[in-house]
Amino acid sequence: MMVSQASCQCQAYEAVESPVNTLRFSPSLCINCGACLDVCPHGVFAAGNGRVQIVRHEACMECGACQLNCPAGAITVDSGVGCASAMIYAALRGKKEVSCGGDEPTCCE
Amino acid sequence: MSLIMQTTSKLTGEERRVWLKARLGIDRMGHRVEPGLYSLGKPERDSPVFVTANYKLSFDALRSQLGDTSCYILVLNTEGINVWCAAGKGTFGTEELIRRIESTNLKDTVNHRTLTLPQLGASGVAALEVRKRTGFKVEWGPIRASDIPEYMRTRKASEEMRRVRFDLRDRMEVIPVEIKNIFVPLAVALVVLFLLGMQGTAFMILTIVMAGIVLFPILLPFLPTHEFASKGFILGVVASIPFMGRAYLASMNEAPWIALVFTLVPALMISPWVAFLALNFTGSTTFTSRTGVRREIFRYIPMMAATFILGIGLEVGFAVAKWYGVI
Repeated sequence: MMVSQASCQCQAYEAVESPVNTLRFSPSLCINCGACLDVCPHGVFAAGNGRVQIVRHEACMECGACQLNCPAGAITVDSGVGCASAMIYAALRGKKEVSCGGDEPTCCE
Repeated sequence: MSLIMQTTSKLTGEERRVWLKARLGIDRMGHRVEPGLYSLGKPERDSPVFVTANYKLSFDALRSQLGDTSCYILVLNTEGINVWCAAGKGTFGTEELIRRIESTNLKDTVNHRTLTLPQLGASGVAALEVRKRTGFKVEWGPIRASDIPEYMRTRKASEEMRRVRFDLRDRMEVIPVEIKNIFVPLAVALVVLFLLGMQGTAFMILTIVMAGIVLFPILLPFLPTHEFASKGFILGVVASIPFMGRAYLASMNEAPWIALVFTLVPALMISPWVAFLALNFTGSTTFTSRTGVRREIFRYIPMMAATFILGIGLEVGFAVAKWYGVI
């Protein structure tokens, strides 16, 4: 896990990032509501002292549930589908967007 | 329109067979439920409301766990796609949920303002947005329908219930569909190869398919390394052993370096394809991220191509050399 310094007008705050995925958490924005604890399917977050903490950063699968349900905007993640066949198929077709269950036969039921 | 349809928590024999058909990939897009509001048992105005997708298996999984609970089930139109995949696409999403709450007049049917959604719907549904626009509070239920009875007792999902799993049973459930998808072209290719007298190649292809789409999902957690492609390469080398043995026996009287290279050729030809099939299994799993898969594609696809080209080049080279009597 890396900690990067992001500059802010009023104060410097640290965002928690990882080189293995795009999940980024800003503890200073966290209001400790616990929504991310409920929606994350991989136990990436855990209750902390006054604010949530990241405990399994590398387990994030970038589903985007935490970002969508964080009321404080403390979490960002470039969400998408981790499916090689969909990505290879899209690359061969020259498409940028990748999703499951489109017009083509895919694995998604 | 506020028609309430009726359902039960009992699955009929026919509905159990639908499960099997869906798992075999038969009529896979036909397993749909009419979207809308359903009543189960004899719900009152204060009965709970569960939300699910209009994929038959999702709907059946939910209601079969509700037993004697009288409740409402709000079925969203996800075009026959399960909750998690539909949430990823956005069809099990904030807009559809709000639309469906309004079109079914849910506010007039129940006197409370709480909906229980499956946790995996959270990548498509912004709970706060739903509350702001409809007044309904979203409660995230457990991931697995089988945990619903426990959840109903405690109204709390344990950490265990909140974690998605990928057990042996889950990994094996995707195998029949994968086989069905390639069955016809595979069978044709095998028959043609046999008729051409290329049994060796036919067995090699069969081995690649068996290793890549049957053994790989089963052995996934037990194979060393963390990446799918490298796990696939390792499994592919193991699956090549009989072919390597045969190649060794055929070349053991040659010079040692020729015997060695000749013995390695089957692994060079088989393992990249097993690795490729293994990489393609990422989409069936419950834990791969787009960043991780993209990294694997860039790192391993060139390696797969190079390995296979080297293998087939050596194979052809040896055949030509034999033809000319060089070895």
